[in-house]
Amino acid sequence: MRAGEGNDPGERATTPPTRRRQEIFLGEGTFPQPEATENLLVNIGPSHPAMHGIIRLFAELDGEELVKADVEIGYLHRGFEKHCEAGPYNNAMPYTDRLNYVSPLINNFGYASAIEKLLGIQATERCEYIRVILSEISRITDHLTCIGASAMELGAFTVFLYMIKAREFLYETVEAVTGARLTISYGRVGGVKADLPPDFEAGVQTAFRETRTVLDEVHKLLTGNRIFMDRMKGIGTISKEEAIGYAITGPLLRACGVPFDVRRATPYWVYDRLDFEIPVGEVGDNYDRYLVRMAEMEQSMRIVEQALDRLPGGPVNVDFEGRPFSLPAEYVDRGKLGKTGGLLLTPLKLSPNLRGQEAPLHHAVNAPDKRAVLPSKETTYGSIEGLMNHFMLIMDGFGIRPPAGEAYFAVEGANGELGFYVVADGSDRPYRVRCRPPCLPPMAALPRMVEGSMVADIVPTFGSINMIAGELER
Amino acid sequence: MPMDGSAILARLTERFGAAIRETHDYRGDHTAVVERPVALDVLRFCRDDPALRFDMLMDLTAVDYLRYPGREDGPRFEVVYHLYSVAENHRLRIKVGVEEDDPEVPSAVPLWSIADWYEREVWDMYGIRFAGHPDLRRLLLYEEFVGHPLRKDYPMNRRQPLIGPRN
Repeated sequence: MRAGEGNDPGERATTPPTRRRQEIFLGEGTFPQPEATENLLVNIGPSHPAMHGIIRLFAELDGEELVKADVEIGYLHRGFEKHCEAGPYNNAMPYTDRLNYVSPLINNFGYASAIEKLLGIQATERCEYIRVILSEISRITDHLTCIGASAMELGAFTVFLYMIKAREFLYETVEAVTGARLTISYGRVGGVKADLPPDFEAGVQTAFRETRTVLDEVHKLLTGNRIFMDRMKGIGTISKEEAIGYAITGPLLRACGVPFDVRRATPYWVYDRLDFEIPVGEVGDNYDRYLVRMAEMEQSMRIVEQALDRLPGGPVNVDFEGRPFSLPAEYVDRGKLGKTGGLLLTPLKLSPNLRGQEAPLHHAVNAPDKRAVLPSKETTYGSIEGLMNHFMLIMDGFGIRPPAGEAYFAVEGANGELGFYVVADGSDRPYRVRCRPPCLPPMAALPRMVEGSMVADIVPTFGSINMIAGELER
Repeated sequence: MPMDGSAILARLTERFGAAIRETHDYRGDHTAVVERPVALDVLRFCRDDPALRFDMLMDLTAVDYLRYPGREDGPRFEVVYHLYSVAENHRLRIKVGVEEDDPEVPSAVPLWSIADWYEREVWDMYGIRFAGHPDLRRLLLYEEFVGHPLRKDYPMNRRQPLIGPRN
């Protein structure tokens, strides 16, 4: 009950009037309308269970209603762009892993492609297929995390556990290829670190079977769920025009009904050869975003299955002339002792994800460009040209040196357009690397999405944005 | 229908003449370098012209050319706008040179809402002011931070912790 309400003097006496702070100091009656209420300023975050990722939301509340909100970010700013300028081009690759750490492969490939654009080189067809396959697997893991986490915040813990289970299967396939789950550093300028392992396709099939089961279960649990729909429908809505003005891309823009997808608008790699649909929503609320993400996962699986069918070259696990593979340690020892006779032609058996590339795989997944791609181990240890090539790419002041110029390359990240704008000055390190973070625009629009709604609506809206602090703040 | 990049540049040059200082299409990215006084007009024209319709400001950033070989006498900074048209599916890059002693460009907030945060970030990182910006605060760093870290003369290893030893 508000102060001053009720006409019975006895009732008023039992309800202590809410006094303004000024009145406590200046005495009663300083303000003519003591019954006026004051908006309450509340800090939500930076450390709050429902704020996955550290941001601070200043919320001005009138009761339960959010009058005004201001977002403060920057708690995870690590100076990615400054660090990129400090080292050679390939040294930025591990930093890009840490931009969007739920789908790091897309960042890797986006950055590598931007440098390739600067150099004017083209990755091999097999490499582009590998990039597409791994990007789409990453997109699924990202969407699973987003939906799982925001469902958990609305009380659906089962969904979170199911989705994380499916994500585990996908991470296992990623781990089989790259050797790591999150900090993968698998992309390379001109190629990828290693070829796909021999049993990759079977692993993907298992993972997709599990993921499809989980998606089916989640559809049954959430899509028609009364509680879930009440929390999601009509909440966090943003119109098509506003979303475009805020430069929102990805699932959030598609939920507004705009079929913009970088994979379709400006096709890169081999996306123009693959058949997929772009799911769109209607009104642009949280529920549409949920549906768009659910549909996109199925589309991503379709893309991966098509790409695996068409993967050129097939699995490369036998030497093309049937010679025995030798062990890397013996190989290096022979090379260092100068016994290089025949080394160049002896195929090497390397662990695909840890040591580098043997010659037959090297040509399949790397661009034939000596300015950008490290030679295979056989060439490095078996020939003086290979050794020189290797040094020219490793030595300080040499390395990859794109001609002076600038290029912007955009890929469709899990949250929208992930762009890399790189300025080269002709030296071996980038002059400027700018990452266009896909989740910054929705975060800028967050106050617009939640103002006027209830405090509790912040949670699903924030969850649907899928803010990844690593890429937001770089 | 997406417009060819060179046609976009031709249209801009036709409309603004010598105020478009330079155009190029390095690696297929069509770029116009624009004089600062007309920058806002060019951006508004790009947004409103029925053939261009650049309705989305995809990215806004800056580059510090302090140590760029061959750029010793040009303006120190360049503010870089990446425009995209959702309606027409074409892209354009617009660059505006900014001198070191007067680092200010007109704000694009009246044209695109997202310019608000992008411009705050550029102010934060480069110390370039945006005239007419409603609330030009730092975006990623804290208010007590001294200097603008992405400037080339800001040392990589300088630390400014809020708590703990300072150097």
